[in-house]
This record gives sequence, C-alpha cells and structure tokens, in this order.
Amino acid sequence: MKKSKDKSKSKHTIGGTVKEPGSAKVLKTGVWRNFKPVVTEKCIGCGTCVLFCPEGCIKIVDKKAKIDYDYCKGCMICLVECPVKAIIKEREEK
Amino acid sequence: MVEELMSPGTRTCAGCGAVLAARLVLKATGKDVIICESTGCMEVTSTQYPTTAWKVPWIHVLFENPASVAAGVKAALEAQSNDHTQVIAYGGDGGIVDIGFGAVSGALERNDDIMIITYDNEAYANTGVQRSGATPFGASATTTPAGLESIGKKQWKKNIPMIAVAHGSKYVATASIGYPQDLMNKVKKAMKVKGTRYLHIHTPCPVGWGFDSSETIQIAKLAVQTGMWMLYEIEDGKFKMTMKPELKPVDEYLKMQKRFKHLKDDTIKIIQDHIDKTWKELDNLEKSGVNLRTIL
Amino acid sequence: MVRKLMEGSEFVSEAVRLCRPDLVSAYPITPQTHIVESLAKLKADGKIDAKFLEVESEFSAMSSVVGAVAACSRAFTATSSQGLALMHEVLFAASGLRLPVVMIVANRALSAPINIWNDHSDTMAERDSGWIQLYAENIQEVIDTLIQAYRIAEDNRVLLPVMVCMDGFILTHTIEPADLPDQKEVDEFLPKYKPTHAVLDPERPMTLGPFAYPEPYFELRKELSKAVDDSKEVISEVNDKFAKKFGRKYGNGLIEEYKNDRKIAIIGLGSVCGTLREVVDKRKDTGLVKIKCYRPLPKEDLNKALKRKKIVIVLEKAVAIGLGSGPVFAEIRDLLYSVKERPKIINAIAGLGGVDIRIKDVNALIDESKNMKDGEVRWLKS
Repeated sequence: MKKSKDKSKSKHTIGGTVKEPGSAKVLKTGVWRNFKPVVTEKCIGCGTCVLFCPEGCIKIVDKKAKIDYDYCKGCMICLVECPVKAIIKEREEK
Repeated sequence: MVEELMSPGTRTCAGCGAVLAARLVLKATGKDVIICESTGCMEVTSTQYPTTAWKVPWIHVLFENPASVAAGVKAALEAQSNDHTQVIAYGGDGGIVDIGFGAVSGALERNDDIMIITYDNEAYANTGVQRSGATPFGASATTTPAGLESIGKKQWKKNIPMIAVAHGSKYVATASIGYPQDLMNKVKKAMKVKGTRYLHIHTPCPVGWGFDSSETIQIAKLAVQTGMWMLYEIEDGKFKMTMKPELKPVDEYLKMQKRFKHLKDDTIKIIQDHIDKTWKELDNLEKSGVNLRTIL
Repeated sequence: MVRKLMEGSEFVSEAVRLCRPDLVSAYPITPQTHIVESLAKLKADGKIDAKFLEVESEFSAMSSVVGAVAACSRAFTATSSQGLALMHEVLFAASGLRLPVVMIVANRALSAPINIWNDHSDTMAERDSGWIQLYAENIQEVIDTLIQAYRIAEDNRVLLPVMVCMDGFILTHTIEPADLPDQKEVDEFLPKYKPTHAVLDPERPMTLGPFAYPEPYFELRKELSKAVDDSKEVISEVNDKFAKKFGRKYGNGLIEEYKNDRKIAIIGLGSVCGTLREVVDKRKDTGLVKIKCYRPLPKEDLNKALKRKKIVIVLEKAVAIGLGSGPVFAEIRDLLYSVKERPKIINAIAGLGGVDIRIKDVNALIDESKNMKDGEVRWLKS
C-alpha cells in the first residue's frame, strides 16, 4: 500500500473532539422500526406528540404533526399520548 | 417552535425516558449552556465518535466527576467575566447518586454556581440494569435480582434532593418527563438562582423496568399519581409539593413493570404504607413552613 | 528578576502566581501542603487573581482543572503520592482529551505501608498516562520548569498535560535561594491560552470526550503516543528560548550531561543529581547523565550519551515490582540493546520511602560496579 506523503494528515481531530454539532443525524434510526405511527386527519396540531417524542423527530407543519420517518424508532409514545387519538399504528413495509 | 438542541440519531432505546429529559432540559436552557456529563446511557448513545447529537458545548470526562468538572468550567467562565452561561453537571443515577456523590457533595458544600441534574432511570441502565442507590425498594435488578430468597433491592431509594437541601442548596426540585411543562419551568426557575442548584428528574426506562416502549409517559405519570415519585420544590429551604394528586394505589404502577412482578401482597403493602407515611409527613412539612436550610 | 530566600513550597506558589492561572484547585497532602497553604495565603492577601476551589479530594482537584482547561483557561493543581494515585483515572482522560493541564507533583512514596517521605514511586506509576514528565533537581529548576511547562503544554504542536516533579520534603521544605523572574517577562514568555482543538464555548459548540469504537480508539491512541514522542522537540526548543530570555539552561531540556567524558556514567532523576554532582566532582572515572525529561523518554539523546561507556549505573528511587528492577533501568537497557559493544548496565534502587542516599554509599557502589555482573540490581541502603 502506498504510504501517504503528508504524514501529518490525520483523519481524526486532536483528542477525538467532535466539532460538528448535531452530526448524529447521519444515523437514520428509522431503520429500527417494525411498526410506524401515522398521523391521521384527526390531528389538531396541539403539539403534544412533539413535546413527548424522545427522538425529537415530530414537527408541526401547516398546523399538523409531521413525523420524520428517517429517525422515528416506532416507540408509539405519540400514539398513546395524543389527546384526540389522531395517530394510528401501521406495519412497516420492508 | 422552540429550537431542538439535540439532533435525532441517538442510539437510545425506543421510548427512552432519559433522552426525552435531555431534550426538555435543553429546551428550557437554550443555547447558552455547557453540559458536563457523566458516563452513562445518555453519554454513550449520544456521542458516538465521530458524531454527536449535542448542539451545545458538551464534555464527558469520567463516570464520577461531572460535578467537579462543572465546578472547574464555571471557575474558568468567571475568570473570563462570563456570568451568563449556565454550567450543568448532568448524569444518571449512577454518576450522580452513587459513584459521583463525593464530587456532588463537594460542589454543594462549596455552593459552586452550577446546576446538578440527575436523570433517574433507577439503575445502572447503560451497563445492563444493575442496581443503584436510586433503585426502589423491591425492584429486581441484575445485581439484586428477585429470587426464591430475595425480593430484589432491600434498601429504600437514596434521597438526594433532601441531601442537597441539607448542604444548603437554595433551589432543589424533583421533576418527571410525564409532566414536561413542570420540568421545564423548574429548569428555568433554577437558572435564575445563584449557587449550587439540584434537579432530580424521574425518567422511566422501558428496557430496564420491563414495559412497552409506548408506555414511558404513562408510567412516568403513574409514578407521580401513586406517590412512587413525588413532585416538589424546595426554594430557599421552604418545601412545597408542586403536584398533589389523589393518590392511586401503588399496585397500579407496580403491576405494569416486569421488575416488580415478583412482589407479593405483603411487600406491596410495605411499599404502600411507606408511601402513605411519607406523603403525610411531607404534607406536615409543607404546612409547618419550616426552613430546611436553617435546621439541617 | 529578584533573588529571594524562601522555602521551596513558597517559591512554587510565587511561580504559580507569575503564570497567571485562572483556577487553582488543589487538595492538601503531605508534603505538598505548604504549596496549597502558600497559595491560599497569596489569595487571602489579594496577591493572586486566580479563582480558588477548595475541593474535597484530589480526584475533584484534577477533574475541576480538566474542566477549566477545557473551558479555555489556564489552571494549576499539585499533589503527591496517594493524591496522584487517586487522580489516576483523570490523568488518562486529560491526556486522551489533549488538554494542557499543568501539575506539580511533590514526589512521595506510595502506600502501603504508609510513608510520607520522598521517592518516585508515585510518578513512576503514571509513566504510561500520556503526561509529559519533567524532573527538577533544585528549587530554581522547579520554578523555571513550571513556567516552561505551561509553554510546552499549550503549544499547538503539543497540547498535552505536563507534570513537574519535585522531590517531597527535599525540595518542598528546604530553604534555598533562587531567582524569581519579573511578571512582565513571564507574561511575554507565556501568551494567553487560546485553543481551537477542544473548547467549551456556546459560540462554537463542540463535544469533548465522545464514545469511540475499537478502530478509531486504536488510531487515536496511536496519535496520542506520537504526539507525546514528538513533544521532545518542543521541550528542547522551550528550554532554549527560556535560556535566551531568562539566562538559565538545563542541558538540552531533555537530558543534561555533566562531566560525561569518562568511562562510567551514573544516571539520576530529580534532586539526587545534586548529590551525584558532588560525587562526580571528586572522581575522575564517573560522569553524570541527568534525565530531566522522563516522558517522553529521550531515547536518542540517552543512547548517544551512554553507548560508549564501559559501565552505566542507573540510580533510581522506584521499583517496578514484578519486573525485579527499577523502571528506568529496564528502559535504559532497552535503548542500549542494539549497541554493538554495550556497556555493563547495573541498577541501584535507592531512596525508597525517603531513605538517605549518602555520598559514601554512591562512591562505594561505583567502586564495586567494576566487579558487578551486567544486569545486577542492587538495593542501596546503608
């Protein structure tokens, strides 16, 4: 294997410090799911699910809850906590 | 919409209470904060090199020293004439209640101007749910398993909030992810006080306690509603219950979790009696108006 | 510059004051106590600006100093023996995080049994911690090395923690004359610490101390190891720069050869070199090779200084238990291994628990060395 000419170039930061805040988003934890929560038209945009989502992957968009399925782990807390039962559970299409 | 200061993509279990607590704390503190964290569930799952979920400055040194690291960080900020950035020593019940307690006590005694926050999942969850000082009486953990000759943990939960007030802390509070507004209000209140402030957040753990990931918030609420976790505030030594529900029987809470399923009626009665007694005494304490900072 | 006559510990507190740390955080332990007390007195009289943390243990002392340095401040701590052992966990974290923490260790024996006197077992036990270790022979060297330590540690090519080792009681509690540099000159020599690699600042949020899987951990360890090895260059450079500004030099900053043009060389670390200089002055067959920088080990310099000797005597104040010899002895043998006609290398374990190292015993040892076997380990106690 050809040795790199520039020996000082390391692919690591000094001491392993991570300089990019929020870079964990590269891990799409959505692949963990077997079931996914789905927001129905009953949603009143109250934001309860936003507050209780452990992943922080629900946002209110145009007065309705929108789940980011790249990160949703399918815990179903949002389904249980929704005050108007607007979220249903569906099997993940694999 | 309040800015999320933790990105998604953490490797926490589905339905994890601890990561929710972290998000809520950061929603209350805002960006001007430095987190000094102990080894534990949150640290391992949120900072897998070369990524991090944190969008605020964050340092992890060891398991048992977040309080002393935070004291050092705060001293540095003071020398730099920065009196606005909040410095938080953040850890689980392992890092704050047990192995890190010496450092916590030292910080409280010196009244270092830091906030110490415990996210309490009532075990050393990160390493496989071994018992901690915060594990409740009768809970089965891997080092205090229920068995033919054991009911699980034989000791009652270590009461760090009261220990904090005995050190003279001007703001001590308990919180729960089941009541997020209350939690965030308490963080905001604590931010306005100088000296060492202590906040203890109850964060149910689906994998550790044995319940479905969807039930985390329900369990958190039930803990408060049965008196297994009591929400209170001690401001300048004055004790106040911040939530006083009509207590439900503790059995409703215990039966939802695998870690308590071995308990027989006589042990459940011991737990119920303990809750009833504590509830009554705390009510007396609140009514008496006694200043805990003065007498302890 | 002002020449004063004070106890070693008081000189240390003055030197710390000159370095302008933002935080002093130390837990008292014999024989370092006078350092903490002198610093506390300076603070009480308003003579030092640093914030003081009266920590409840050495573990917290080192942890708080790590936190302060991570938050872009200069900090100071000091300890000995059991205190250093209690800090053990944090030492590895500090070097792994690449934080330029500086500490004085007043060398004292490790328990058990408990003993308060000087030997090097405490710092020798931390030789793998990733810290730069510099040993001082006298008070002047302690003062000068402490100032240099901040410059070395904070250099962008280094970014490593440094421990300055001074023999407990022998240097901490002895009254000697020494020169204290002017504040202005020290300020010029030590610019403000302004890191970019590891910083706790809400304006540029970074995560320090993440969780690393096997591959990156392995690579980061290798880089740390290399950083410590490469720091030799900066240590020498700072030694030279210090000499130019303050007029005092300590060999090349790594080792010092004193009358080393003879057939026998005796190696020492710390204050015992004062004794060894006296021995060497009265003899014609032996010279002194003083190791000032023990970590990183200056292998090339030592190899060059020792390879043509007939006999090398490694006199040290520690034993690597289980190895059957002192640690430095084992390392000297290793670095002379490939020399064609290697010298006879013998080990003298001396001074443990504060046992006196007398001139006549050293002389007797050197005389006997001519008949000793290569590799022999002698426990030197009169």
